[in-house]
Amino acid sequence: MTLAREAPAAPPAPMPDEKPILVADEVGLVYGGNVTALAGVNLTVPQGRLTSLLGPSGCGKTTLLKIIAGLIEPTTGDVTVRGEPVRGPGPDRALVFQDFALLPWATVLDNVGYGLRVRGVPRQERDQVARHYIEEVGLAGFEARYPHELSGGMRQRAGLARALAVRSDILLMDEPFSAVDEQMRRKLQEDLLELLRVEQKTVIFVTHSIEEAVYLSDQVIILTQRPGRVSTIVRPDIDRSGNVDEIRRTPRYMELVDEIWAGLRQYVE
Amino acid sequence: MSEVTPRLNALLAPSPGRRFSLALPSIWLWRLASVAVAFLIWEVLGRSPISLALPPASEVAVAFGEMLAKGEMWAAYANSLPPLLTGLAIIIVGGVVIGVSVALARTAEWFLLPVLIIFQTAPVSAIIPLVTYAYGIGDASKIVAIMILGLPLVALNSYKGIQATPPSLIAMSESFLASRFDTIRYVILPSASGMIFAGLRLGVSGAFIGIVLAELLITPTGIGDLITYNRAIARYDKMFAAIVSIIALSAVVLALLQAVETRLFRANARALP
Ligand SMILES: Nc1ncnc2c1ncn2[C@@H]1O[C@H](COP(=O)(O)OP(=O)(O)OP(=O)(O)O)[C@@H](O)[C@H]1O
Ligand SMILES: [Mg+2]
Repeated sequence: MTLAREAPAAPPAPMPDEKPILVADEVGLVYGGNVTALAGVNLTVPQGRLTSLLGPSGCGKTTLLKIIAGLIEPTTGDVTVRGEPVRGPGPDRALVFQDFALLPWATVLDNVGYGLRVRGVPRQERDQVARHYIEEVGLAGFEARYPHELSGGMRQRAGLARALAVRSDILLMDEPFSAVDEQMRRKLQEDLLELLRVEQKTVIFVTHSIEEAVYLSDQVIILTQRPGRVSTIVRPDIDRSGNVDEIRRTPRYMELVDEIWAGLRQYVE
Repeated sequence: MSEVTPRLNALLAPSPGRRFSLALPSIWLWRLASVAVAFLIWEVLGRSPISLALPPASEVAVAFGEMLAKGEMWAAYANSLPPLLTGLAIIIVGGVVIGVSVALARTAEWFLLPVLIIFQTAPVSAIIPLVTYAYGIGDASKIVAIMILGLPLVALNSYKGIQATPPSLIAMSESFLASRFDTIRYVILPSASGMIFAGLRLGVSGAFIGIVLAELLITPTGIGDLITYNRAIARYDKMFAAIVSIIALSAVVLALLQAVETRLFRANARALP
């Protein structure tokens, strides 16, 4: 049987040193009274780490992220951030949208500064912060451009800079690198890891790519097909200090990819 | 011919940065050329013995000058302009306010939307004579006629523009903690501005149709009367001069509207792919 694995998955090592910053408790969501998107999701997100959500298409990953962002109210259960239940969008969470959601009539500078603008930050300070993060995501020189003048990867960076500019502790990213080619994807992944070393954020990251999940995250949460619930949790304890290509060739890395693939393929078949 | 192609290319080629300062004068040249060609064709048709009722453009121009000099034109517009401008103000402000608030406040939707759609689809020129029964012959009737023709267009387009705001932009705004007011101001209105101004252009055209219809069908005064009267006495040159004057005025108002749109939402025009 294809499902049989040679080595049983190592149970996720406890992370006693880390406090959970975000907890989802029995989160369920029913769309329009009949489509059950999520059925009792339980998960814990450790502070300062990157957690990725992996699962078959339509299993409710975006829905879960929107619930965490406070854009959708769960039908059952709740999400708490540092013990406080989520009642809507908050300053502690910033969302990076899968479709960028950039204002087409605003420049990169104004798009990145949007979150600050609606918080009443005066123009000068807002622009200064926005410029800082535009530079940090590698978009320096494009401040005065409009979204349609940017490539997909650059738009994604603008969306990321906008989320960084509000300096929230938790970054929620919905398939942020799906709209770019493999080369750009790797570049953005590198940039994200580098950024996290500087910014000390907690990241929840939706992806379709097992490799991306293993390479980037400290914790991979695998969801079942719809109605989504947590199937497995894997903690890729990978040493990321070395060269990228070497890391991708280490036995541990490949083992983890295989392990997660084995867990996921039952939903594909 | 050969000089035309490079010009065209210069117009069409996206030369970033300076393209606006470069293209603007040539666009005006082309527009003038288009008007000139139309007048030329008119002149030729007017001189050929097709119909007595179509005088050549030059004669109409002479008649136009005469009517200005003798004050007929001014007298007519003194009559038509007050209700026209009042009506325009009502449909522009009222139409946008109604359309936007109907789209934003969902409770008003069920109430107002059917009324607007009925007015938009009804054969309005059939309704206009009925206005006389309600408002008599006078400025009130003219204003009502303008509103019937213009208001639904402005309101419906504003409504559709607001409705067409991409939901992900609204979610984005909310996720960054924007107040409802800021979301409307910074996301919904700029997003809808294209549709709103398209509606305003249609509404302004409707208003001009409305005032002329009202003056032809209800209240024989002003510019409508000038048209009818000169037709009755077979002064077709004067009749056409009156018609051209109202078309020119409508073009001026539309150009003003365009200027306001560019000023308010300049970036929108530039952000179009
Ligand atoms: N607004 C909605 N109304 C009704 N059903 C919805 C709505 N949004 C999503 N769904 C349904 O809920 C389920 C989960 O959707 P969701 O977008 O969360 O999936 P996903 O895991 O993000 O999928 P993908 O990986 O393809 O992006 C899907 O079956 C979808 O059809
Ligand atoms: Mg999704």
